[in-house]
Amino acid sequence: MFQASMNFALGDEIEALRDVVHKFAQTEIAPLARQIDLDNQFPTDLWKKMGDLGLLGMTVSEEDGGTGMGYLAHCVAVEEVSRASASVGLSYGAHSNLCVNQLRRNGTDEQKEKYLPGLISGDNVGALAMSEPGAGSDVVSMRLRAEKRNDRFILNGNKMWITNGPDADTLIVYAKTDPDAGPKGITAFLIERGMAGFSTGQKLDKLGMRGSNTAELIFEDCEVPFENVLGQEGQGVRILMSGLDYERVVLAAGPLGIMAACLDVVVPYVHDREQFGKPIGTFQLMQGKLADMYVTLNACRSYVYAVAAACDRGETTRKDAAGCILYAAEKATQVALEAIQTLGGNGYINDFPTGRLLRDAKLYEIGAGTSEIRRMLIGRELFEETK
Amino acid sequence: MKVLVPVKRVIDYNVKVRVKADGSGVDLANVKMSMNPFDEIAVEEAIRLKEAGKAEEIVVVSIGVKQAQETLRTALAMGADRAILVVAADDVHTDIEPLAVAKILAKVVEEEQPGLVLAGKQAIDNDMNATGQMLSAILGWSQATFASEMGIDGDSAVVTREVDGGLQTIKVKMPAIVTVDLRLNEPRYASLPNIMKAKKKPLDEKTADDYGVDVTPRLEIVKTSEPAARAAGIMVGSVDELVAKLKEAGAV
Repeated sequence: MFQASMNFALGDEIEALRDVVHKFAQTEIAPLARQIDLDNQFPTDLWKKMGDLGLLGMTVSEEDGGTGMGYLAHCVAVEEVSRASASVGLSYGAHSNLCVNQLRRNGTDEQKEKYLPGLISGDNVGALAMSEPGAGSDVVSMRLRAEKRNDRFILNGNKMWITNGPDADTLIVYAKTDPDAGPKGITAFLIERGMAGFSTGQKLDKLGMRGSNTAELIFEDCEVPFENVLGQEGQGVRILMSGLDYERVVLAAGPLGIMAACLDVVVPYVHDREQFGKPIGTFQLMQGKLADMYVTLNACRSYVYAVAAACDRGETTRKDAAGCILYAAEKATQVALEAIQTLGGNGYINDFPTGRLLRDAKLYEIGAGTSEIRRMLIGRELFEETK
Repeated sequence: MKVLVPVKRVIDYNVKVRVKADGSGVDLANVKMSMNPFDEIAVEEAIRLKEAGKAEEIVVVSIGVKQAQETLRTALAMGADRAILVVAADDVHTDIEPLAVAKILAKVVEEEQPGLVLAGKQAIDNDMNATGQMLSAILGWSQATFASEMGIDGDSAVVTREVDGGLQTIKVKMPAIVTVDLRLNEPRYASLPNIMKAKKKPLDEKTADDYGVDVTPRLEIVKTSEPAARAAGIMVGSVDELVAKLKEAGAV
């Protein structure tokens, strides 16, 4: 385990949190990481364990049953969980941010009372569904239709690549309530597993993040009562876009965890592995790799932590939310590649975790907005605000 | 009953210990520190006693540098009720010797009047295994060391001790000092809500002078060195070869 990082002075509370989550993740999750990847199966008992620890409602106030620790603390938790298993980290982020935090931000008191306790305790699993087979980056082109009929909405259509989809009890789902109104015709709904007409397709077989279960959601005349509208009818895009600002920051800690995991593998390896009669860590080319990996991790940490702290101060900016995950995600893929290179032949076989780290890292350049969309957003914002 | 648990801030058990270049001790600059694992077991046991209704209050005390307050906060987050920090050193490299620690603890015991002191059997930094025993001698209290199982029976503690030959169960009259071993329990994780609550629990700060104890070291560290590197192993091709090699080495 690589411990020799500088102290980012995030405060006693967050350091205490990191200690606990680190210990928990290394004891309860890390030993399972390889099997989770092999079986493509999430260990469902982890939800309750994470709930008992208080990890599932980190941005929810204490009155509503959470810990109210905020976004920076949440990032540190996602980082440490991802360091043990990136796929568990992704599912954890989808549950605790995409679902729980969106519900906290947009739900009515009744909705929060009904859904938050189960989600925070880990008895229920949460998900959020935005993408569709034909609507990824172009999210407004979604076709899931929600038609008003008497006292309810009738949903018809599909969602695709939904993290926690196969397991979720509570899902936030965006659908078109007014197909002619463009972005203003989208509404967010709270869907429960077991609602008539709602089902999930086969679990998807992914390159990485295996075990973070992903599925297609299928809606066939699914009846949803009015009280399950999240926010106002027609306000779905605002909820979606503002939620993405927090989603990107919290998920940016996933790549941080992957990079930390790379160092956890590489640092002991360069001491143990000997060539030409010396540990390979004595060679300058290897030292150069160590230096680059370490500096990259800490540079990414600095940006992610700073943006998360800004969110806690209420100074959220879209371009930096997109910026920190853009940067951290691309760097994590590069660092994972370097980890493979450092281990040489061993890095290329699956007895070592480096291949998994690479496959897992790549997700973050695609999920929560692709790198291309993130760049577009940042560039566009920069240009527009300086006109 | 009140339970007093002394806790020590030590180098984290996951950290690779490095000896300072001049051999004067272990390098602790910018090194991750945490609660001595045996003390964590003692805190856990105290909490279990409280949960079982055998104890009313858990007071944790740490003696050392100011940073030991993080260790106390950890104990508070696990479930201790209040903490006493006795600042007795400025430099993280200064270790307060067991006798001075025991003398300060004796004064704390005098003030707090606990029915039981639960301590780690030793700290993983210096492995002295002395403080509990010294405290027992100073106070004239019963002691039960190396506990792997314990229970309260009226005004006595029934303690199973891990001794060389196996297990020994003894009954000691309280107030008593019990030092705990590795297998007594598995400490819980401090939950996030409890980390938040721990901030609001009382933490008293004192100094060694407040207790009138001289903490000047009585021991001189002559030299600290790395353990000898292990010789490389060899691969054997068969059980027969393994037995032959072991015979050769006089091991069987």
